[in-house]
Amino acid sequence: MNQQTIFDYTIHLADNALVIAQRNSEWCGHGPVLEQDIALTNISLDLLGQARSLYQYAASIRNKMNGNDQATEDTLAYLRDAREFRNCLLMELPNGDWGQTILRQFFFSVYQYNLYQYLQRSSDNTLSAIAEKSLKEVTYHQRWSSEWVIRLGDGTEESHRRMQNAVHELWMFTGELTTPAGYELEAARENIGVDPASLKAAWSQTIAEVFQEATLDVPATGWMQTGGKEGRHTEHLGYILAEMQFLQRTYPDSKW
Amino acid sequence: MNIQIKRYFYGDIPEENTGGGNAGKKEQPGSVTWPLWEVFIRSKQGLDHKHVGSLHATDAKMAIENARDVYTRRMEGISIWVVESQYIHASNPDDAEAFYEPANDKVYRHPTFYDLPDEVKHM
Repeated sequence: MNQQTIFDYTIHLADNALVIAQRNSEWCGHGPVLEQDIALTNISLDLLGQARSLYQYAASIRNKMNGNDQATEDTLAYLRDAREFRNCLLMELPNGDWGQTILRQFFFSVYQYNLYQYLQRSSDNTLSAIAEKSLKEVTYHQRWSSEWVIRLGDGTEESHRRMQNAVHELWMFTGELTTPAGYELEAARENIGVDPASLKAAWSQTIAEVFQEATLDVPATGWMQTGGKEGRHTEHLGYILAEMQFLQRTYPDSKW
Repeated sequence: MNIQIKRYFYGDIPEENTGGGNAGKKEQPGSVTWPLWEVFIRSKQGLDHKHVGSLHATDAKMAIENARDVYTRRMEGISIWVVESQYIHASNPDDAEAFYEPANDKVYRHPTFYDLPDEVKHM
């Protein structure tokens, strides 16, 4: 098995988790009510934890490939530039209002839930262990976010309008979740990873069910924006990294 | 938005603050009027549920999820009960004298005035 493929695949999973965790954490202290502020921050920390496990594994692979690299979870998170990030574009989009943040989390949690179900059976023991542990967290994320999509979609006139707007805003970024990149196909062939295209039916079904209960329209499948998995990002990622990486880049190796 | 969430302790909930049934309450524009719920957590099998605090939620389902997020983040429990605060009826602190002080000089109510046979274990 090509080590570079495992590395790319793992980094992709880690970047997804890290970038959306960073985005969600922007709500910390600004949530609409205290309980939901804590709920979203919990989710953020769960995802950050997943990202850490994945970065640690990715770092060990990179160091095996090149002993001089001395990669760590921190160098991978803090010292790579936007072009090297492999997260889907959906993760890096601005938070918008609370409804849009909820909806993005919902799209992603449904995807992660289906992904980790299969990744549990990966022939790579580390990835399967991470998937098994993370699945418990993601099960709750999916439950929490679908509850809120339903509450807001089928809520007041204003909350419904905001949710429907959020759907239109985010929809063209959902296709990338289940559009495989080269390293995903290769990882799937080796039974290390999962071909995300195989998750599409299950993902769409959950979305359709929840949207129906939430009285939201599922947009007709149109053109989908991709590129993030190959490192071609929106302008937003640069700003996220500027904030997230500032400390380590300005004061290298600083600790507290 | 400034939201002040007051935490009341068991038996100490002022009647006008018991959440729920907002009838007759003044609603400030923009304020959160979700009902208040009391949360009880059981830390492990065999123990009883203990009151841990309160939170706001629109219904029981949300109250349980909020309780999960707010009160079980550090492995505090394995079971959650929630009850809307308005359904808890509390004794009046003004009654404390009549309610509790008469017990002060009734030491004979404690089961300590007999000798325990050595054969009796686990007492």
